[in-house]
Amino acid sequence: MAVYFQKREVVVPGQLLAEGRYRASFGTYDEGGKIFSSLVGLAELRGNTVKVVALEGAYIPKEGDLVIGTITLVAGNNWKVDIGGPYGASLHANNALRRPYSDDISEYMDMGDVIAAEVIAFDRGSGPFLGMKGRGLRVLQGGMVLDVSPAKIPRIIGRRGSMINMIKDHLNIQTMVGQNGRIWIRAPNTAVLRLAIKAFKTIEEQAHTSKLTDRISEMLAEEMSKIGSGVEDETDSEEDSIADTVSASETEDEKASEEVEPKPEKESKTESEATTDTEDESVDVVAEVENNEEEEVDEKQKEEVKEK
Amino acid sequence: MSPETKPDFLISPEGLRIDGRRTDELRPIELKVGVLKQADGSASIRQGKTYIIAAVYGPRELHPRHLTLNDRAYLRVEYRMATFSVPDRKRPAPSRREKEISMVVANALKPALFLEEFPKAVVDVFVQVIQADGGTRCAAINAASLALADAGIPMRCLIPAVAVGKADGKLLVDLGDEEDKYGQGDVPMAILPTTDEITLLQQDGMFKKEELLEAMQMGINSCKYLHELQKEALRRAYVKKASENGDEDDDDEDDDFDDDMETDLGEADLMEDE
Repeated sequence: MAVYFQKREVVVPGQLLAEGRYRASFGTYDEGGKIFSSLVGLAELRGNTVKVVALEGAYIPKEGDLVIGTITLVAGNNWKVDIGGPYGASLHANNALRRPYSDDISEYMDMGDVIAAEVIAFDRGSGPFLGMKGRGLRVLQGGMVLDVSPAKIPRIIGRRGSMINMIKDHLNIQTMVGQNGRIWIRAPNTAVLRLAIKAFKTIEEQAHTSKLTDRISEMLAEEMSKIGSGVEDETDSEEDSIADTVSASETEDEKASEEVEPKPEKESKTESEATTDTEDESVDVVAEVENNEEEEVDEKQKEEVKEK
Repeated sequence: MSPETKPDFLISPEGLRIDGRRTDELRPIELKVGVLKQADGSASIRQGKTYIIAAVYGPRELHPRHLTLNDRAYLRVEYRMATFSVPDRKRPAPSRREKEISMVVANALKPALFLEEFPKAVVDVFVQVIQADGGTRCAAINAASLALADAGIPMRCLIPAVAVGKADGKLLVDLGDEEDKYGQGDVPMAILPTTDEITLLQQDGMFKKEELLEAMQMGINSCKYLHELQKEALRRAYVKKASENGDEDDDDEDDDFDDDMETDLGEADLMEDE
């Protein structure tokens, strides 16, 4: 029984981490009772479980992940979705639309559309399958998608969403963070958008430093005051419009753009009902969903600790 | 071709080699990790005059599809020499030798990697020899293994490799170009340093049984040393990244601070446990 690493030490592949009755977890492997690291990363001991937090790596889907993907192909009843990483995902119409839906599903979502979806199934045998039935899962209209390293996503979300909520509070933007390293941002103006990108990039670069939330918060406050004084008119009006009409005009826009496309009458009715349900609170819902996830995790974490 | 003459001796009367090394001494080695921005992982190695860059992409979708392996990722290594890497222009078309070395490097790296974690995908390793001065296949393995670690590919351990040769009847570690050309033999080898398993062993020239065994022992010792260099290079690259921006407030007391890095970084895995 011995542990051979310091807390948060940078370890390299093949480094002996622990010996004896420890359990190998992510980023480690067990060979004859000895636990070695299999990655470059930060070693951690929780209970009797040893793990290495990766600092690099491609996105490997997990069930339950929120991902942001681009539709690359419409194939019969399926959309093929690029979610980054080695595995292309597919989204079956049954998992995205309410029945009955039209035979030509490209009416609802077509190539090039960016969507927020959930990984509902993934194993070694069959590629990841997505679903869009959850709250806040929808086609993302407008804005931009920023790519960051998937390994840094937990840091960008922060504990219980602390980081991402802080950014949202400061910048007044709509944003969604996918576990696959993609961040969708829609900001009221370019200056704020640039600032948001800067914030996310900074977090990515400095992911393994401490007190990051504070520093980012300071940076954002400072930059926002600059933007505020420089182009006051623009920001003010934009902000007002967002704040006041986020549930009205914004969602109207989305609905409108979805329903411009030709559809049989019956469906457009059901669709519009469906959309009103979810989209009225679109922005907040997303945040909520994320928060819930984080909280759940936190509770699980506590439980785990208790068990031990 | 630039006139190159066989040196009068490979081992001087004092027992030193052409470049003044002892028989069991490696050339000066400089390893760097993360030299390329675009690649998922990269590393460079300078070993004497040899200079090699390795880049890793992946795991990513495999094209062409027919190469897909259903139970693990495909490891594709491409070893290439630059046209200017040798005094005589190297013709740019892939030669038989380059294809062989690509395969040999792949086979040397494969036992260390947990490729079964990424079925159907591919891990691409590109090895570019910028300057060749002997021992390129071993240097390529050293650099490629660092680049793979930098890309976050899970692996048993880093793989060090070294060539042991024979010149003027003496066994030499880490052959230079001339020792390779005019010596009597060459045994490149790579090992898994945690278990001492050998993943690459080739031989050129004639060796007595005892000589080969001794050569292998010398190779293993040198590999162990190289492994230390590799670990250090890798750690240096990441520790530097980690502390670069964190200096100003590292000494702050942050134990009870809400924004605890450890907890943050752990969340992804906790979800996985479910």
